[in-house]
Amino acid sequence: MIKHLRRLYIGLILIFLYAPIAVLIVLSFNASKSRVVWGGFTLDWYKSLFTNEIIISAFGTTVLLALLSAFIATVIGLLGALGINHMRRRQTQIMMFFTNIPLVNADIVTGIALMLWFIRFLPLGFISVLLAHITFNIPYVILCILPKLKQVDTSQYEAARDLGANAKTAFFKIVFPSILPGILSGFFMAVTLSMDDFVITYFTKGAGVNTLSTMIYGEIRKGIKPEMYALSTVMFFVILLLLLAVNFLPSRKKTAK
Amino acid sequence: MENSILKLESISKSFDGKEILKDFNLEIYRNEFVTLLGPSGCGKSTTLRIIGGFEYPDNGHVYYNGTDITDLSPNKRNINTVFQKYSLFPHMSVAENIAFGLRMKKKPQSYIDDKIRYALDLVNMKNYANRMPQSLSGGQQQRIAIARAIVNEPEILLLDEPLGALDLKLRKDMQRELIRLKDELGITFIYVSHDQEEALTMSDRIIVMNHGIIQQIGTPEDIYNEPQNAFVADFIGESNMIDGVMVEDRLVTINGTAFKCEDTGFGPNEPVDVVIRPEDVELSENGDGVTKGVVKSIIFKGVHYEIDVESDIGINFLVHTTKHFAKGTQVGINVIPYNIQIMHKPASIDEEKIDAD
Repeated sequence: MIKHLRRLYIGLILIFLYAPIAVLIVLSFNASKSRVVWGGFTLDWYKSLFTNEIIISAFGTTVLLALLSAFIATVIGLLGALGINHMRRRQTQIMMFFTNIPLVNADIVTGIALMLWFIRFLPLGFISVLLAHITFNIPYVILCILPKLKQVDTSQYEAARDLGANAKTAFFKIVFPSILPGILSGFFMAVTLSMDDFVITYFTKGAGVNTLSTMIYGEIRKGIKPEMYALSTVMFFVILLLLLAVNFLPSRKKTAK
Repeated sequence: MENSILKLESISKSFDGKEILKDFNLEIYRNEFVTLLGPSGCGKSTTLRIIGGFEYPDNGHVYYNGTDITDLSPNKRNINTVFQKYSLFPHMSVAENIAFGLRMKKKPQSYIDDKIRYALDLVNMKNYANRMPQSLSGGQQQRIAIARAIVNEPEILLLDEPLGALDLKLRKDMQRELIRLKDELGITFIYVSHDQEEALTMSDRIIVMNHGIIQQIGTPEDIYNEPQNAFVADFIGESNMIDGVMVEDRLVTINGTAFKCEDTGFGPNEPVDVVIRPEDVELSENGDGVTKGVVKSIIFKGVHYEIDVESDIGINFLVHTTKHFAKGTQVGINVIPYNIQIMHKPASIDEEKIDAD
């Protein structure tokens, strides 16, 4: 009896979480424009999706933005993590406190704050959105890399120096391979977050620049089109795949040992 | 001395205001096996790290073959280290680990292959070239760490408690192995240990350290038989350390009972520490001896019995003997003069014995 209740409970939670997404996916294949009538299976919405120039351009912006901001944030985050790792405990605590603030801060606050700065110093556009995405990605990258860095035994680095490697070689040959899984998961995390973001992008993008999420928001205000269902479905699966990659990378490392 | 290979000159080093080494001077000779021995925090590992180039001394100089290498980074020193935690590179195979130092020196592949074979042979790990470090046991990893260091043909090999994580049997085997390696390779070994037995077994020379100060330098026999202060006597092996008074040359009294000894040069009626090793206390069943006592406890230790004897002069003797004495037996206690070691009372805190046990 208890066992059945347990299953029922889990089942309810899963339905609650995923039924809306399932409905969305189903509707993206619905030939009827109605949200309640099934008009037969069709791929038309996907076809018009990939021929719609606004959507294609927003998609390009999103991907470029995600990859570029994730890459730059990963480089800065890696350097930051290396620095924090060498600090004393008290300094580390202080640095981590400041690193964590953007994580817990409401997106709208970050968005408006960044917008205020950008308006003052540069025109809103792709560059300002890119800077904003780099900003909120850095803490996540640091959080992904730092634990890996803590695991690296300093004596391995010293052993490399001892065997004749200079500081740079010792880092790239010994430390870097050990923290690579952390760097990759930080990068993918940043890509996901960048693609996912709406609020901060909305406030910092200015006119003319659209990512998929801001574009969908704009379109939906004009009236919901089934193409949006198809687009949301595509985005859901892309992000799902990225998330799987993030979670899968560290576990693959473990099984290799 | 022309045979000197390494010289530390008035080295001092502090961490967070805590002085680890104080005006430390040491000279090490070619082809010797030197052990830096002391309790944790005595500065022995710091000394090794300064020699390896991983720490920079606050003051003083390190000379290698007469050249000042204080400012030289570790990769430019002809010294290699075997680390406490082995520190093999986890993402490289055994062969790649061993080849690392040679690749850094841009040696040709054929030379590297030869060296890998030679080094694996030397540490009895011939068939392990393609294994990953994680698949090896602690003892095997340690052998690879040694192989990785010696392929670079260093003149000095630094070993930082390399056997600490191994079990007793393996540790004994590796000790023998290290002595063999040192004899075969003819390089200087500087070994750090807190294990006095290990130090006595392997070393040509032992440097006993406490609180960043050298307490005694000598051969294992010197250190064991003629400890210079209470700290050394207590740290090296077990001992009976007793308060005594030096009445005159060659005569010491313990609680009023006179013992003959061979030490001279102490002031008349100077309070001293008397050291008697447990195996040097002789017990006799017929009651002959300088004093008498009663056997309080007897424990079988394998090679010998460990006996606690309460003597008539008010002190307990720890005795190691191969003979069995039943608990409660009346025994005579005797110590031959040669086996009594007299020391001055500690002049500073670092010379005192540790009461932690």
